[in-house]
Amino acid sequence: MDGATDDHKAGIAKWFLLRSPPGQIQQVAKDVQKILMSDKLYQQAASEAFPIYNMEQMICLELPDGSGQVLVSNCGALDSTHYLDLRTAQVATICTKVRPATDEELPSGFVEEYRSAIDSELLKYVEEAFPRGSCAVFCTAGSTAEEDDAPFELTALISASKISHQNFSSGSWRSTWKIQVNQELQSVDLTGKVHVNAHYFEEGNVQLDTNYEGSDSTVLQNPLDVATAVVNIIRSKESEYLLSLEESYSKLSDNTFKELRRKLPVTRTLFAWNNALQLSLSREVTRELSK
Amino acid sequence: MDAAMDLIRRMPPAEVEMALASLLVLLPDHSADLLSKVDQPLQEAWDDESGRQYLLCDYNRDGDSYRSPWSNKYDPPLEDGAMPSEKLRELEVEANEVFAIYRDQYYEGGTSSVYMWETEENGGFAACFLVKKDGSRKGEGRRGLLDHGLWDAIHIIEVSEEEGEAHYCLTSTVMLSFTTKDDPSMSFGLSGSIVRQMEADFPSTEGHLGNMGRMIEDMESKLRNGLDQVYFGKTKEVVFTMREPLEILTATSATGQSLQQAVVGDIVRRRSVH
Repeated sequence: MDGATDDHKAGIAKWFLLRSPPGQIQQVAKDVQKILMSDKLYQQAASEAFPIYNMEQMICLELPDGSGQVLVSNCGALDSTHYLDLRTAQVATICTKVRPATDEELPSGFVEEYRSAIDSELLKYVEEAFPRGSCAVFCTAGSTAEEDDAPFELTALISASKISHQNFSSGSWRSTWKIQVNQELQSVDLTGKVHVNAHYFEEGNVQLDTNYEGSDSTVLQNPLDVATAVVNIIRSKESEYLLSLEESYSKLSDNTFKELRRKLPVTRTLFAWNNALQLSLSREVTRELSK
Repeated sequence: MDAAMDLIRRMPPAEVEMALASLLVLLPDHSADLLSKVDQPLQEAWDDESGRQYLLCDYNRDGDSYRSPWSNKYDPPLEDGAMPSEKLRELEVEANEVFAIYRDQYYEGGTSSVYMWETEENGGFAACFLVKKDGSRKGEGRRGLLDHGLWDAIHIIEVSEEEGEAHYCLTSTVMLSFTTKDDPSMSFGLSGSIVRQMEADFPSTEGHLGNMGRMIEDMESKLRNGLDQVYFGKTKEVVFTMREPLEILTATSATGQSLQQAVVGDIVRRRSVH
């Protein structure tokens, strides 16, 4: 059998890297490096996989001068190594430098009023609800909009993770809320997606994969009131989701799992091996034949 | 190989087949090792002659053919395919029959197969008991709760006998994955795989099946409960420590902490006034 092409192998390596559970990409990378046995192939795969992984996982990086954090996501990506942080109006290059954002990279003053109001409210919610979470709000469409003018779209992101290698567990929470402001209709429409993953791997490998979609709307008002309304919607929808998760977990043992395997037979007693053996056909036949 | 096994333990269990196929491409020299060490969901085949399903594994395979536990024939047919001895085949037939009843009582459906083969150890033998269940709505899920639901169990028992007592060594692997979507706004999926071992000694005067059956039943219950309570419970813990329920006041929640601080602040202030 011919060996697989280099590109095919790099593609496989990328597939593994992208499926790393939260906080485990370094371990997965080590394994992949050993298996590939070729640094060139590894670099090829890693250079493609890492930026995608970081964005999908909404990794949060500390800005070097301590001015804050930048959330890596495709909403704030100027290209695969430069990420915008609107809270401090800076652009971070992954792994190295930070510079101020240029005017073209920043939204208009009008849009910025809404963006920063929502950002402040969101920060309060995230601080309250996520012990180790971070968030950011980006303008993802219509960044040049002015008052009474074009519609624009903001996207609020929340990213939280819990990584504990000693406890063999890790998890991530990623919310993406699209906020569409329509000045003509005086409406603000929200659609959100939340993606949660968890991994427990002490002598085993168990993973949770769950998604939520929700939407709501509110009236367009001044930035502060819109911010309060929007974040209240986000807070209540996400709390609803958490409750649904709680319910799904509580149904597991006695309902969901039963679809796969019952805890006990309908008789509520262990299987009667002796009876089954006594009645087994082949034993009967042998008995008859030996008479 | 160590790197490969570590990698498998981190990949989503629901995608283990793709993961193994990928590893086989990257490490063709280790394919025998990989195929025997990485647990895969079981494949099913249809036995035309007996009109029944059976499961495929390394222990009923010879070359590219598989032996059905019902008809005892290879498909595609083989002239000299590996066969259990007549005596062992008798035990195998009985095991398949009884295990099918056990399977029906616990799994309310599904497919099972038992294969046996002689081992070198003083007249000893080994057996593998396999179960596969599709509990999804379009499969055999009786309550219609699952969009997708698969359970695969592989139990391998080695038996050695000496003067009326037998020693059993059981290695069990359970793989499962399922997703529910009873609420249109939310999908909930869990998947997992665990392996455990158990050893025991029993008198073999009444034969081996009862002993083996009871060990397997015990093991399956332990694995099912372990997955359910411990493993899935841990994933729940991870989620709820990432995002706290806001309405609940606990000592460690944000609301609880700020309340505590306010109260303590009050007490300190009052003390310093007096």
